[in-house]
Amino acid sequence: MNKIILIIKREYTTRVRKRSFLLTTFLVPIFFIALYVGIIYLTKKSFDETHGIVYIVDQEGSVGNKLESNKNVTFITENKDLQLQLETLKEESNNTSILLIPSDFYDTKAVEFLSSNKPNISTQREIQNELATVLRNYKLEELGVNVENINEINSDVTINAKEISENGDTKESNTEVAMGIAITLSILIYLSLFLYGSQVMRGIIEEKTSRVIEVIISSVKPFQLMLGKIIGIGLVGLTQFFLWLLLSLFLAGAASTFLVSKDDLQEQIMGSSPQNTSSTIDSTSDIMAQNDVMSLLSSVNISEIVICFFIFFLGGYLLYSALFAAVASAIDSETEATQFTMPITMPLLLTYALSFGVLINDPHGSVATWLSFIPFTSPIAMLVRIPFGVPTWQIITSASLLIIGFIFTTWVAARIYRVGILMYGKKASIKELIKWFNYKS
Amino acid sequence: MLEIRNIIKQYADHRALDDVSLYIPEGKIFGLLGPNGAGKTSLIRIINQITAPDAGEIYFNNEVLSPHHIEEIGYLPEERGLYKKMKVGEQMIYLAQLKGLSKIEARRRLDYWFEKLDISTWWNKKVEDLSKGMQQKVQFVATVLHNPSLIILDEPFSGFDPVNAQIIQDEILELNKKGATIIYSTHRMESVEELCDNIALINKSKKVLDGAVKDIKKQYATHTYKIDYQSFIPIEANFLFTIISNNHYQEQSQLIIKLSNDVTLNQAIYYLLEKIEILQVQEIIPSIHDIFIEKVTTHE
Repeated sequence: MNKIILIIKREYTTRVRKRSFLLTTFLVPIFFIALYVGIIYLTKKSFDETHGIVYIVDQEGSVGNKLESNKNVTFITENKDLQLQLETLKEESNNTSILLIPSDFYDTKAVEFLSSNKPNISTQREIQNELATVLRNYKLEELGVNVENINEINSDVTINAKEISENGDTKESNTEVAMGIAITLSILIYLSLFLYGSQVMRGIIEEKTSRVIEVIISSVKPFQLMLGKIIGIGLVGLTQFFLWLLLSLFLAGAASTFLVSKDDLQEQIMGSSPQNTSSTIDSTSDIMAQNDVMSLLSSVNISEIVICFFIFFLGGYLLYSALFAAVASAIDSETEATQFTMPITMPLLLTYALSFGVLINDPHGSVATWLSFIPFTSPIAMLVRIPFGVPTWQIITSASLLIIGFIFTTWVAARIYRVGILMYGKKASIKELIKWFNYKS
Repeated sequence: MLEIRNIIKQYADHRALDDVSLYIPEGKIFGLLGPNGAGKTSLIRIINQITAPDAGEIYFNNEVLSPHHIEEIGYLPEERGLYKKMKVGEQMIYLAQLKGLSKIEARRRLDYWFEKLDISTWWNKKVEDLSKGMQQKVQFVATVLHNPSLIILDEPFSGFDPVNAQIIQDEILELNKKGATIIYSTHRMESVEELCDNIALINKSKKVLDGAVKDIKKQYATHTYKIDYQSFIPIEANFLFTIISNNHYQEQSQLIIKLSNDVTLNQAIYYLLEKIEILQVQEIIPSIHDIFIEKVTTHE
């Protein structure tokens, strides 16, 4: 037992101290955070670019107040003289324009739009819509229709999708978000099973080709060495995920505060200048974009997903790395690995491919349900299903079957491994592996 | 020290060891000889409990060989190697810990050995940065670090230059003098007579010969003698001996005779003294190499 711990310690420390481990541990979350910040930034930027500020010079008198600002246009009514307003326009930045409403607007149905550069089409369209509404309301009122009645006629329909869970509760559901998370999970677990499984394989091949195996095996049992290696590398994987989680949370927090505080700063610099309004818009746009992302994420159960990811990663890793270990023990170099890893990883590859099709489109269908129970496919299939909501008994059954699965593969692998690691330069075939499996220990 | 009784090891298509029994006496250097593929490595792996025999028993100090004996055995495999990316010192401590030493004790003994072999500067080097010979030296230290009472060396001198081979040989002899029993497995005979007290010869999965080196040599004595004598008198064969060769040189001649059964050397010399002036008589002793070749080829 003591020796297994020594082996785990060596496998773990030599890998954790590697430069590549530190690099991936710190760069991956930074990459994701950069992505997150990038999305917010782009949302905000496109908002800023298309958002127009329109100063109104209302010669008619009653129209300007009726124009409503929205997310594309902000109307500012200051009732200044046109000449004065033109002066300020010269000092203003882009996307600022003047709307001159002539006194005979209701008759001519025409306005003048003045801007320092090419007028923005979307701003123009917004103005057109707003004015049309004002005009329509004016005409309707002239015909004796109450404005409140008009507003009642203009009604939007919203669909509130809700999911009914086992115990009859309803919760908000958002299929697009669930799909996005399911695909992310599928990619993440597929890559990490391969990544850490092949690390086990490479480690064993290294021991075999360098012949250090002979010395080690005269001190410890092959099974101890195999298990120590698998556990050690598994812990490296868990450490990495844990650090990613921690770093992501930290960076996400830091990024949010940074974005908000930057706007606070902007506000202070601007002071009480007329642009005050626009900087407030900036920060609201930030918060709006962030809230969008946050509220979307909150419609799924994050902690359930994280816990299940750890369970199914660990189970899947133990199952597949045992098989990788058996393969590695039988070969002399990584180039020989393909003919054996192909049949072993077939179920994994298949489920991965299916996760973009039938699994995600019909997560509660019979194909998805069966695949999420079979130990060889469940790590991917179950994780794809979980964002859509899976009954707890199914998760527990699937996890238990996975545990039985990896105990079985470890047992098979150990029998092949103990013989394979001492066979040099012998081209192993499947037949040979079965023969090794049957050797007396 | 080690008693091996009727070991059989069967692989699917061939029998690696066929009813092999050996006795390795305490405190001796035991030569395990045999051509490539004879079954030496299979036997060594069984002694190291890397593989198990299909039949037969092994006793270590009169106890049935069991996992706790691993810590009393040091094994230098023929196929050797270390973790290439690991630093020398760190790796040595790891290997010592696997043999049951504490970290502090391992460090203390390593300091002693590294000093002794003058390799202290290698401590923080990666194994891959060492030459092959240097790696072998490090691996030798790893083999003996835990003070094993039984040291198994499989072709220990391969890969060493003559200078370092001598250093390692001296270390082996010193360890033996301090009480360690040594199994020296090889298919090269050069150093066997110099080093070994006892030998066993394995060929084609079977033990064909074993015993003390001097007994074996006596057993394989050919009763052949080389006699140098004055002048050019030719000698003829008779009932006492047959003549293998009789050559004449400038001032003297050389005669090589093989005694007939039950004839002593004295009788032959008594006969020859009447005819020639003897300068020197020397027994021609077969080397272990000759015995090895003879045994292996006659079994073909």
